[in-house]
Amino acid sequence: MSATDPILLTTPLHDLHVELGARMVPFAGYAMPVQYPAGLMAEHLHTRTAAGLFDVSHMGQLRLVGVDAAAALETLMPVDVMGLPAGKQRYGLLLNDDGGIIDDLMFVNRGSDIFVIVNGACKIGDIAHIQKNISARCNVVPMPEMALMALQGPHAVNALERLAPGVEKLVFMTGGRFTVAGCDCFLTRSGYTGEDGFEISVHESQADTLARALLAQPEVKPIGLGARNSLRLEAGLCLYGNDIDTTTTPIEANLNWAIQKVRRTHGARAGGFPGAEKILAQLDNPSLLERVRVGLIALERIPVRDHAELQSMDGAPIGDVTSGLLAPSINQPIAIGYVKPEFATIGSTINAIVRGQPVAMQVSAMPFVPNRYFRG
Amino acid sequence: MTLKYTEDHEWLKIDGDTATVGITVHAQDALGDVVFVDLPAVGTSFAQKEVAGVVESVKAAADVYMPVSGEIIEINQALKDDPSLANSDPLGTGWFFKVKLSEKSQLDALLDESAYAQFSKDA
Repeated sequence: MSATDPILLTTPLHDLHVELGARMVPFAGYAMPVQYPAGLMAEHLHTRTAAGLFDVSHMGQLRLVGVDAAAALETLMPVDVMGLPAGKQRYGLLLNDDGGIIDDLMFVNRGSDIFVIVNGACKIGDIAHIQKNISARCNVVPMPEMALMALQGPHAVNALERLAPGVEKLVFMTGGRFTVAGCDCFLTRSGYTGEDGFEISVHESQADTLARALLAQPEVKPIGLGARNSLRLEAGLCLYGNDIDTTTTPIEANLNWAIQKVRRTHGARAGGFPGAEKILAQLDNPSLLERVRVGLIALERIPVRDHAELQSMDGAPIGDVTSGLLAPSINQPIAIGYVKPEFATIGSTINAIVRGQPVAMQVSAMPFVPNRYFRG
Repeated sequence: MTLKYTEDHEWLKIDGDTATVGITVHAQDALGDVVFVDLPAVGTSFAQKEVAGVVESVKAAADVYMPVSGEIIEINQALKDDPSLANSDPLGTGWFFKVKLSEKSQLDALLDESAYAQFSKDA
């Protein structure tokens, strides 16, 4: 590091990462483990076959408290917040007035509050945005004292239920309070890998104890941000800043599923969120879209990376790649990108330009690797 | 046979007027698991510092620079078929290509083993 680098924040698990031999890199203002000595490939495959522990304490946690909190949060997102039953979790999108995505997030109705998890790189702006817009209607309480980790993989539940009997009863996108290895935790059965697993919010003072207890389970190994990215891309999940940002709408991003019927045209609470006019028009009339997010699989074994130009087979520019890598689980290059809608049909072939040469890619359904969520 | 290094973390094994080129232990370690290499066509000539190939891990892609001017006389097909050789044996079976040197005097400015060790420690 040079003297001009800004001082990096550290998570409560920093000493543990160093002890485990992690390679630490700057990410979202934090020193974060990009990989451990096992390496990205082994970490990725371990998560797909056993269980991996991820430190995601750089992410922002906050809670919204007050009887009006759900209604207030609905004014910022095209999502059904008020109708979410207690104990359930949902995906949400903060929007700007043009319908662009300020951030994507997860929220849980915990009964006594709404618990929100936002991206690390966006959290300062998100919290300011939420406070500015709805703090008159509810208490917006940032939770910088909380650490966050994710335990992901087909054996995650086996490892966790040994420490906290009962967690196996949670189903995908639900949450609850549990004592895990003596630590008070709020758990949700969710994640960012496409696998079954849990996200665990715990006070920073207990984070190290909890992480060591989880790593002591035979199924569990520590996993870095490198594998986190390849796992989420195989699962077809967007990375904020790459695949979605303030210039993309949820409809362009093919996140229509995140907009429940009640907030759509003719819904009981239609509209009433930033950019609603534009977004509902795009939803009702897809011919208004100029581009749409698609999954791509290369037909040759040549990795196609972010920013690669996409062309029609006759050489016309039609879009670009926003995330791409060689998928460790399927040993094929995969990508997420945006194309003109007439090229978005699944099965059609387009070219990505890699070092000046066309690489044929097929528009593919996502996820690239089947999800294995536990739905009970 | 002499071993030389570049500041781009490549090594050259020099044998008369040809050199075998690969990436260093430090380079493969920084990249992580290598999943793809693109090598130049045999018979192509490059000037020193021109991009002659690519080496990619899951997380990153890096250009392979021509460490000296010359003509590609052989490429390592085994590495193309199994890019992980760049990790498991970077100084041996994980070599990239062989060059016929066109300006042998360029070798004088390359790093020797101890100079490279110091350089990669500071990098």
